[in-house]
Amino acid sequence: MPRDNSIQHVLIIGSGPIIIGQACEFDYSGSQASRSLREEKIKVSLINSNPATIMTDPVTADHIYLLPLEVGSIVQIIEESIELGRRIDAVLPTMGGQTALNLAKEADELGVWAKYEIRMIGVDIKAIDLAENREAFRNLMGEIGVKVAPSKVANSMLEGKEIAQEIGFPLVIRPSYTLGGTGGGFVHRKEEFDAALDRGLKASPTHEVLVEKAVLGWKEFELELLRDSADNVVIICTVENFDPMGIHTGDSITVAPALTLSDTGYQLMRNLAMLMMRSLGNFAGGCNVQFAMNPETEDVIAVEINPRVSRSSALASKATGYPIAKIAAKLAIGYHLDELRNQITGTTSAYFEPALDYVIVKIPRWNFDKFAGADETLGLQMKSVGEVMGIGRSFLEALQKACQSLENDAIGLGADGKHWKRSEEILDKLQHPSWDRIFRIKDALTLGVSINTIHKWTYIDKWFLEQIQELVTIEKEVKKFTLQTITAELLLQVKQMGYSDLQISHLLGNVTEEDVYQQRKSMGINRTYKLVDTCAAEFGAATPYYYSTFDTENESLVSPRKKIIVLGSGPNRIGQGIEFDYCCVHGLLAIRESGYEAIMINCNPETVSTDFDIADKLYFEPVFWEHLIEIIELEKPEGVIVQLGGQTALKLAKKLSEKGIRIIGTAFKDMDLAEDRGAFSDLLKALEIPYPDYGVALTVEDAVAVAKRVGYPVLVRPSYVLGGQRMRIVLNDDELEQAVLKLLKHMPNNKILIDHFLDRAEEAEIDAICDGEQVHIMGVMEHIEPAGIHSGDSSAVLPPFNLTYEIIDTMVAYAEKLALELNISGLINIQYAIKNGKVYVIEANPRASRTTPFIAKAYQIPYLNAATKVMMGVKKIKDFKFDRKLTGYAIKEPVFSFDKFPNVNKELGPEMKSTGEAIRFIKDLFDPFFRQMYKEKSMYLSK
Amino acid sequence: MKIPAVLLLEDGTLYHGFGCGASGITTGEICFNTGMTGYQEIFTDPSYYGQLLVATHVHIGNYGIYEAESQSASIKIAGLVCKSFNPFYSRKIAGSSIQEYFIRENKVAIEGIDTRSLVRHIRSRGAMNAIISSEITDTDTLKKILLEVPSMAGLELSSLVSTKESYESGDPNAVWKVAALDLGIKRNIVDCMVARGMLVKVFPAKTTYREMKEWSADGYFISNGPGDPAVMDYAIETVKQILEDNQPLFGICLGHQLLALANDIPTFKMHHGHRGLNHPVKNIISGRCEITSQNHGFGVDPEAIKQSAKVEVTHINLNDRSIEGLRLKDKRAFSVQYHPESAPGPHDSRYLFDDFLLMMQEAKGVGVGG
Repeated sequence: MPRDNSIQHVLIIGSGPIIIGQACEFDYSGSQASRSLREEKIKVSLINSNPATIMTDPVTADHIYLLPLEVGSIVQIIEESIELGRRIDAVLPTMGGQTALNLAKEADELGVWAKYEIRMIGVDIKAIDLAENREAFRNLMGEIGVKVAPSKVANSMLEGKEIAQEIGFPLVIRPSYTLGGTGGGFVHRKEEFDAALDRGLKASPTHEVLVEKAVLGWKEFELELLRDSADNVVIICTVENFDPMGIHTGDSITVAPALTLSDTGYQLMRNLAMLMMRSLGNFAGGCNVQFAMNPETEDVIAVEINPRVSRSSALASKATGYPIAKIAAKLAIGYHLDELRNQITGTTSAYFEPALDYVIVKIPRWNFDKFAGADETLGLQMKSVGEVMGIGRSFLEALQKACQSLENDAIGLGADGKHWKRSEEILDKLQHPSWDRIFRIKDALTLGVSINTIHKWTYIDKWFLEQIQELVTIEKEVKKFTLQTITAELLLQVKQMGYSDLQISHLLGNVTEEDVYQQRKSMGINRTYKLVDTCAAEFGAATPYYYSTFDTENESLVSPRKKIIVLGSGPNRIGQGIEFDYCCVHGLLAIRESGYEAIMINCNPETVSTDFDIADKLYFEPVFWEHLIEIIELEKPEGVIVQLGGQTALKLAKKLSEKGIRIIGTAFKDMDLAEDRGAFSDLLKALEIPYPDYGVALTVEDAVAVAKRVGYPVLVRPSYVLGGQRMRIVLNDDELEQAVLKLLKHMPNNKILIDHFLDRAEEAEIDAICDGEQVHIMGVMEHIEPAGIHSGDSSAVLPPFNLTYEIIDTMVAYAEKLALELNISGLINIQYAIKNGKVYVIEANPRASRTTPFIAKAYQIPYLNAATKVMMGVKKIKDFKFDRKLTGYAIKEPVFSFDKFPNVNKELGPEMKSTGEAIRFIKDLFDPFFRQMYKEKSMYLSK
Repeated sequence: MKIPAVLLLEDGTLYHGFGCGASGITTGEICFNTGMTGYQEIFTDPSYYGQLLVATHVHIGNYGIYEAESQSASIKIAGLVCKSFNPFYSRKIAGSSIQEYFIRENKVAIEGIDTRSLVRHIRSRGAMNAIISSEITDTDTLKKILLEVPSMAGLELSSLVSTKESYESGDPNAVWKVAALDLGIKRNIVDCMVARGMLVKVFPAKTTYREMKEWSADGYFISNGPGDPAVMDYAIETVKQILEDNQPLFGICLGHQLLALANDIPTFKMHHGHRGLNHPVKNIISGRCEITSQNHGFGVDPEAIKQSAKVEVTHINLNDRSIEGLRLKDKRAFSVQYHPESAPGPHDSRYLFDDFLLMMQEAKGVGVGG
């Protein structure tokens, strides 16, 4: 059946602010869905309160509503659509995660959809309820003959205890209707049960939990399905969890395709998955099914089913090239799979199952360092804040590339001279998995712990462990050589196993990364690039989605066009999230508009920037020096943009500059001036701009002396960090000493910055564009909270609500002076403190900031587009007419994920902790929401 | 230490890799399969007889060898080309590693090959003969050996892989009896019929219809198998006689091609064939789609079938619109180009075995559904 022509205007519901368990994968799915519907000439209205998303940008949807995700907003949008003669006739709630589904359900219960005659498409509420209600799901599985773990539902403490007695330990508590496993957990012993049950019941909005037998150590698999309204079903991807049952899939290292699964086992799961999806209802769209398999008997049980697109489907889309959300949106408006084309090949059918001739490894990215006191053990509740994906022509290559993408100082899987050597500590880490388990497994193997022992502690399939053992073995071999004696054969073999040049330099000793690089280049060992084409090369594909490996044939043909590379921001983490992906996407579009070829490098599978049709060419690669330089050598771009990808991209500027590669926009030396506290303060002094008194210290003694001079309280922080990492405010010598020692332990030889802290000052910031001649102030924002809370955790009001014109004028004047003096070409963000009517400059960031997308959304001005063209030099500020469309105020409101860490207090300070943000528009300062925020402005201040 | 080995294609393209499995030299027509599971089932599928198989999945051997999943008694591929051949396996019920298996079966394999570039090469240049050698690496010598290898077109191979003696499978007292002509039959085809309560008697390739008829079967099955169907006069004749005698007939793969040939619809050698577990097929009678397991290098002429008064198309390939299934308009006979028994591959098309059963029931005038 071709598309249903009665659908002319669709409302897509977004997922709101980024929280743990619901991240930018829904920006990706929502954006894809919107573009897919617009291809069909369907109008799209979009609601999302998250300003940092691409989905809420005019490039994505026709009508954007940055409103709170509440039924009231939905009604407002519908009524407006009727008033303006563009009636919404359908709502697509499957693209915005649990948040969107819950909102759609609430609106349904209140009769909103019925009242306005709006059809819900792509979903079946009954199916969602069935899938979410553990008891109903279990009963349904019983009816269709699919095995599940023995379990029972409890609505009270008493019921729960009875069930536990019946099932025995270990068991699992799973609260109904929660996100990312919130409130759930394993209970190994009777003594732990009461507290766990209480937490579970409280976490569930329906005061309901499932008490289930724990199938710890069973192998875990996920299948991603798509179904059309004619009931045709395909499996897009099968994902195997490296970490077996017991760790939330969002916190598990995962691999695609499944690597230890026979065809018999796979087909059994495929059949069960289809049976389960069909038993849920008749919806057309995406679906995710999880299974556990007993490795001894190969018995399979169903774990859960999610009848919507999810984090897993975003990963599956990037892993296979098959755009699940895009196709799911087409299916929602009536198309059948066999009526659609495979978008990657352009010639074959969308009704097919992708074949991979590579391996992908996803590793989650955690941020435990931001949550002091948090339980760092991984379990049923998701704790990671982001993820990376590595693609390679072997499991090991993909694994090491994923490690190189993590940005936690890893340069691959170990081989960095930092391995652990104490077996008790390592074994404890194996038993209590945390963010570093994969690294500790390698350490254990290096120490000679057997695969069997590690398997016994972790249940990880021995095939994976044997693979890691191969790394240990080859490292011993490599260590027998020096850079002069190593053979080309061995070096090639090592590169094919994913080792970075930096790792090899550690193994060979006394050589640098650069030495290894030069040596292998001289041996002709170069990266080649392969296409992600959904079909293992069976058919030709035109979509430019590449990854690197060390095989013989290079498929990435270089065009004769002028090119610009945009460096992405890598995995989402606190302090660097989706906002930078928004900036990168706009950068790419601006480059294309300017007639250049836009090339993207990024490794975050959740993002829009890694969608295959945003850039002219996508390299799904670690944002890691070695990978970057080889792409540059191949593509020979005009230059590289580092301003849009946050600190990740910015920190590669130095090496680029040393290699003589042009940085598009502000030059490295000027960016460095802004980042170098000493030089920057000298500049401020010369420009007669006040700044808090400060000093630099390398030791505790220095630090105490500086603090005496500048006066307590002082702000202590390392240089060159992100999101206020390890930043502390201290009040006296003792606290200072502790803080400095801790910093030096984690970051030896770091220059420690000590600033006088402007107690009870007000904070404000400015984002601006500069073309070298003219400075345009994009926005002036005043923070509601006082100084001492990281700007990312502060509520920023645009324009200022309480600052005098005089102060604002002073801020603007300082910004203009600084931008011109720093030779900014492109973006700059400046942070201010205002105390006793005096304006101080605290810092300047010569790049896109967290607030750039917020301002662009609030004023409805495509600022990132303009800024990119300015940094490219193709446009001057005077070429643009910036027309601000804001009445009243816009507030950027930070959103936290503290509920994932029950032992951590919500305490805010100079280190950023929020995971996401929402935008809220208010007419005036009498707004009750604003009044409330203002009243509570100091409530969570830690010091 | 790894043993250097080479893969040389008929057009002179040379790949360097490492020998695995048994050492030696092997030749055959090179073809690729894009399946990500089921390597053992593929190796033992008799339709691959005489072919060098390129596995596009990068890791082969991970879950070892489990004898019960073999599709015939031995490895039928002439040799294996892969990226990574893993002697280490992880599967409780598996009995041996792929390395042990290849040694035992004296099969040569080569790993460390840029299989993706090889597939792209085959995709553009078409199927051709090739040689793997882990003994002689001198290309001139290998070229000479390669020249001796006959082309797949015009080759009859079924009689080389067929059973020597007929045998029965299933309940001896079963109501429905199927005579299966073994042209290289996969074990799971027999199993799928037995699972539906049929007794299957498998006959050697060159058994005539008259000989099979003595067993008084309710229906006839023409199996898959290797080689060029156009030169299999004996089997075409058998099919013709079954049709003339108005007996229910079901054909798979080679059996499908023979059914076409028996109705004067020619077959042709495809550019590089269809081999994988993800081929989209539409049943144009029911409108339903199915993901199919495929392995064929010859196809049925789509133009001739359109002109045919006797035969109609039932299934088409959604990628290239090639003929995937046909049936006779006035007889109880149908066939599919793909493998409904899968093994390896999706089970979407198993209904065809039910259809076959239904057809036998109708032929006998047994009431259906009442």
